[in-house]
Amino acid sequence: MRTDLAVVGAGPAGLAAALAACARGVRVTLVDAAAQPGGQYYRQPAAGLGAARPEALHHRWRTWKRLRDGLAAHAVHVLTDHHVWSAERTPDGFTVHALLGPEQDQPVEVRARAVLLATGGYEKVLPFPGWTLPGVVTAGGAQAMLKGGLAVPGRRAVVAGTGPLLLPVATGLAAAGVEVAALVESAGPGRLARHGRALAGKLPEGAGYAARLLRHRVPVLTRHTVVRAHGDDRLTGVTVASLDAEGRVRPGTERHLDCDALAVGHGMLPHTDLAESLGCRLDGLTVAIDPEQRTDVPGVWAAGEATGVGGADLALAEGHIAGCSAAAHLRGTAPGPAPAALKARAKLRRSAAALDSAYAPPAHWPEQITDDTVVCRCEEVTAGAVREALDLGAGDERTVKLLTRAGMGWCQGRMCGTAVAGLAGCPPAPGKRPFARPVPLGVLARQHPQEGPS
Amino acid sequence: MNPLELAGARPGPAFTVTFDGRPVEALPGQTVAAALWAAGVTSWRSTRSQGRPRGVFCGIGVCFDCLVTVNGLPNRRACLVPVRPGDVIATQDGTGQEEACHAD
Ligand SMILES: Cc1cc2nc3c(=O)[nH]c(=O)nc-3n(C[C@H](O)[C@H](O)[C@H](O)COP(=O)(O)OP(=O)(O)OC[C@H]3O[C@@H](n4cnc5c(N)ncnc54)[C@H](O)[C@@H]3O)c2cc1C
Ligand code: FES
Repeated sequence: MRTDLAVVGAGPAGLAAALAACARGVRVTLVDAAAQPGGQYYRQPAAGLGAARPEALHHRWRTWKRLRDGLAAHAVHVLTDHHVWSAERTPDGFTVHALLGPEQDQPVEVRARAVLLATGGYEKVLPFPGWTLPGVVTAGGAQAMLKGGLAVPGRRAVVAGTGPLLLPVATGLAAAGVEVAALVESAGPGRLARHGRALAGKLPEGAGYAARLLRHRVPVLTRHTVVRAHGDDRLTGVTVASLDAEGRVRPGTERHLDCDALAVGHGMLPHTDLAESLGCRLDGLTVAIDPEQRTDVPGVWAAGEATGVGGADLALAEGHIAGCSAAAHLRGTAPGPAPAALKARAKLRRSAAALDSAYAPPAHWPEQITDDTVVCRCEEVTAGAVREALDLGAGDERTVKLLTRAGMGWCQGRMCGTAVAGLAGCPPAPGKRPFARPVPLGVLARQHPQEGPS
Repeated sequence: MNPLELAGARPGPAFTVTFDGRPVEALPGQTVAAALWAAGVTSWRSTRSQGRPRGVFCGIGVCFDCLVTVNGLPNRRACLVPVRPGDVIATQDGTGQEEACHAD
């Protein structure tokens, strides 16, 4: 299939980008792995569930309706259930390689003159003893299972970690009938207040959550952390403790909370595999972009959480700017992102930066990880094994990986990378994964028949 | 209140699948993971080296903790695969067969 602009990712950023570019006369193909557009923020219940009131699971439903109706009104070609595993430059543009889901064995190619990456991110979870027990899920995962599958992980849940995502997760679970035993946030109440000015735009939303937490009688423990999850074959409870000003657990403050579910998260990490395979420069862990949301590879734009974590509103503004810019370049007209979008982006980036520093995991989190705690969930590598490798002289994630296999399993280090870097005392490094998804050998063989399967 | 009531869900007729040989009710549109959660099941894999139980972790197809055997095919991500009438779902012990290429 041929198109002008291939947008990968149909979350807020990709939807805004596709609509902006299409409205400016560009042929757009929007590709997403999920069964329906929406991304993480606007994840929709599966059609078969016949949800008459999906808005009960959502915030800002009006914005979603605008996006959804826009998609219906515009000629955007939407390809759902398409898992993109790689994107490459070709002499006349780009080829986006996808696998048709859920089996992910049928290859599909989209050829485009330009590519816009709006792949969003996934959750960062820092390990603690017991975090591999069934019943312990990521906060976003609990949210995704609720919004998409109308399913909840248990009857009594603790929501823990740090970050703005914990609020909708706690209130969402409570609204769905789960008893939320506590919201455990490691940031102290003072930190948010200190960032008040930059957060001004976000505060009404925060106040709304406070009211909902109160209505559902969810106790909020700030400057607290989960030190251990208990259970034999599944979660039965957690130990929480209070943190001192330095971020260390205050001895003697531990207490037990019964629960059969723990939704835990410590922030977001960007999906950058496709950008990396196209040769785009990264800035730390995120895709580097210019003011028009262009990457340093001509013809490749990026927007949303892939370029820096900042929430759905920022993703919308960035997507719009990227879509306008891509359309202008493809049509050879002057780039014209609206000044209003540029202003909104600047403001939202400031509040994102403030949120980011207000919500930080406890400074000494690696100390919490006991030697027998599994760090790499796929290869079952413990913190003790990682520390041994460090003692042997491994100084970074890559060497630890070679010595211990941490990061070599199915998830390709997406779940353990931050923890291994933290134990090693170095900043997390980009994944450098050749493929964004596992690829069946048969598909690879067809791709490069002269080389044969590797 | 439960999530189906909250969203005003009127799903099509429920159907039966099996999990490790016992019948489980599922709804059209659910993933294998959602159907198992609704039935109170939270683990359906035992790890390769320590035989520890696992189920959903990330919920969005990234972590591969939820791998399960469906109709004899191992390594299916339960959080992505839609459940279908008559599915035979089984706890996956260890790896199942390696069928995908890894980029080590
Ligand atoms: C599990 C989860 C749940 C979240 N829930 C909430 C919430 O309830 N409230 C909130 O405020 N924030 C939530 N967030 C934060 C969320 O990331 C942002 O607020 C917002 O959705 C970001 O928009 P985006 O467009 O940048 O990316 P996303 O919304 O993440 O959209 C990215 C899209 O790209 C697709 N994609 C990625 N890689 C590929 C590929 N290789 N091939 C094909 N498609 C691909 C994904 O399927 C997804 O639909 C959640 C995050 C996660 C990880
Ligand atoms: S729960 Fe992570 S891949 Fe399914």
